[in-house]
Amino acid sequence: MFGLVNLKPTFWDKQMRVSAPGASEYLFNYRRIWRLSILLTGVVALVPLIFITLVDYNFTEHAMVSEYLLRTSRTVSNTRRAISFFLTERRSALDFIVHDNGSEVLSSPDRLSAILENLKRSFGGGFVDLGLVDSAGKQKTYVGPYGLKDKDYSGQPWFEQVIDRSVYTSDVFLGYRNVPHLVIAVKQSLPDRSFDVLRASIAIEPFEDLLSNLELSGLGDAFIINQKGILQTNSRYHGQVLEKIPLPVPEFSDKTQVFEGENPTGEALFIGYRFIEDTPFILMIVKKKSELMKMWFKTRLELIIFLLVSVSFIMAVIIGTVTFMVNKVYAADERRLMALHQMEYSNKMASIGRMAASVAHEINNPLAIINEKAGLVKDIFTIKKQYADDPKLYSQLDSILNSVKRAGKITKRLLTFARNLEATIEPVHLGEIIDEVLSFLQKEAEYRSLGIQVDVPDDTPVIESDRGKLEQIFLNIINNAFAAMCDGGHLSIQVNRAGAEAVAVKIRDNGCGIAQEDLHRIFEPFFSTKTSQGGTGLGLSITCNLTHEIGGQITVDSDIGKGTCFTITLPLKTQPKEEAKPCACYS
Amino acid sequence: MRVLLVDDEEELVSALGERLVLRDIEAEWFTTGSAALERAESGCFDLAVLDMKMPKIGGLELREKLLAKCPDMKFIFLTGYGSEKDFTSATAGGNTAVYLVKPVDIELLLEKMQTLFSNPRGDA
Repeated sequence: MFGLVNLKPTFWDKQMRVSAPGASEYLFNYRRIWRLSILLTGVVALVPLIFITLVDYNFTEHAMVSEYLLRTSRTVSNTRRAISFFLTERRSALDFIVHDNGSEVLSSPDRLSAILENLKRSFGGGFVDLGLVDSAGKQKTYVGPYGLKDKDYSGQPWFEQVIDRSVYTSDVFLGYRNVPHLVIAVKQSLPDRSFDVLRASIAIEPFEDLLSNLELSGLGDAFIINQKGILQTNSRYHGQVLEKIPLPVPEFSDKTQVFEGENPTGEALFIGYRFIEDTPFILMIVKKKSELMKMWFKTRLELIIFLLVSVSFIMAVIIGTVTFMVNKVYAADERRLMALHQMEYSNKMASIGRMAASVAHEINNPLAIINEKAGLVKDIFTIKKQYADDPKLYSQLDSILNSVKRAGKITKRLLTFARNLEATIEPVHLGEIIDEVLSFLQKEAEYRSLGIQVDVPDDTPVIESDRGKLEQIFLNIINNAFAAMCDGGHLSIQVNRAGAEAVAVKIRDNGCGIAQEDLHRIFEPFFSTKTSQGGTGLGLSITCNLTHEIGGQITVDSDIGKGTCFTITLPLKTQPKEEAKPCACYS
Repeated sequence: MRVLLVDDEEELVSALGERLVLRDIEAEWFTTGSAALERAESGCFDLAVLDMKMPKIGGLELREKLLAKCPDMKFIFLTGYGSEKDFTSATAGGNTAVYLVKPVDIELLLEKMQTLFSNPRGDA
């Protein structure tokens, strides 16, 4: 379709040709057709592909995001249940203890200490100390590591609240002991309208164990905050206990929620959270979207590569096919144009032939009369002996008769030329044809003092060919040679055998020559270096076609400044050809 | 030898006739085919020199008509058109004939006449 060196298709520069008004033109603007075809085919082929890929892209991305959100939500729910259960369990235990044991029993440090031991044993980690606080807020009894007996809690917010609600779960705080912990307090109303409060400190380690045991993908972080956004447990990436988290506190909801947010550095996050009932706590699980979506990025890359490869492949096929087809159409159009021009040319030649014949005939009649009249006068002189002794009169008559003979030769030649325009295969002597063609150009050669040397060996065989076409071929090439030569140039015509079945005619001039880059194009139709001087660029193209029509080959060799040599190889016997090959012959 | 000359150019045919007479050949000339045919009623010629292209009756047609009257007649044709080859193709298989392109050298014409008569079959 196209060579490696020249990727430009042959039709590319052709639509720019400007021709004379009325002359045959190319049917299409090939560059436009080429562009339009590629555009249309490309759009039709690529739009559905790109559309489907985009839909798939979005769908897959959406599905993966949903999947991760759902997974986060499930983890939040499960963890919330565990934490909620942990707190409820401890609260219920305290509630049971405070109601099961009277105020007096609980006031006994020994008894309380035994209870604490039992609690630690039955519930595992968590319980740190126990204290009984009276209605005035004074801690009557205390068991635990910190020696907080007689501590006065009256006026503290938690104490106010436990009076109000009977049960209270505190935020995590440092308190007097300076260790993060939380407090669960349960109120026991006494018959005398006073009350006791059983107060237990719970360490935060069990929460942290629970949270750190969660398997979280995507650099996930699970932690608990209170409703002011203060961390209640240590977190991996969002700060230590009692620090404020760098994320906004989520809106209240009584269900597990997940949403996509971002941290202060702009990183996209999946955030799941749950408000834990009857406590100030919010469980949060935060995952980094970019980590989670790594799988997706890989898939996405594959998708994009697939799309790019497909698009390139489709475009390559489209461009290749369109170029090929447009080239074919162009070639057909070129052949059509060539045929039209050739028809025009043969019509022109036929008209010239008819005109030459009728001119020759019209001239022949008066010539014949002059001939007879002068002949008669001469006869009278000769036979009747009247003016036999007047040499001057005789020479006048002879000169008239000679001129008539000369004119007769010219008209006969014209008649022969016109007759030869009809295609007939007959035995021809190449020497005769060359002489005949040269006879038309003799005068010009004399005026311009061009040397012409013809060498036809005696053993040159008579070939069977079309005399008219041979004449046109030689006439065209010798005419070109004349045009290429300066005055005083030299033309040589040499006939040789070329193998058993052919003869070769070499026509060599010492004219200006043909540039190497033009050499392979001179037989192309419409190629001309002298369009500005009225050349049609068809002369050599027609010559080449004529040569092919009679079964011959034409080749050219040229050195710029030194001259050009055309070699026409002709078969001894011509098989008439229906269709001529396109001419691209050069050596 | 009696020769019939027919050509629509009177100037030509009269001069040619006179030249032949000067050479002791019995020549009669006419400018139309019908006049020539009329003359042929009263006696045959040995040879006819005819122009190929004439108004009304052309050279070839005139030959047919003359041959009907005088089967032994021989013919020489003159024309301003084409060449001998055209003529041979046009008269292939016909009677004895010679074809000359105008202007004709009188010596050539005499030579052809001689040949026609020295060679009875006429294929000069």
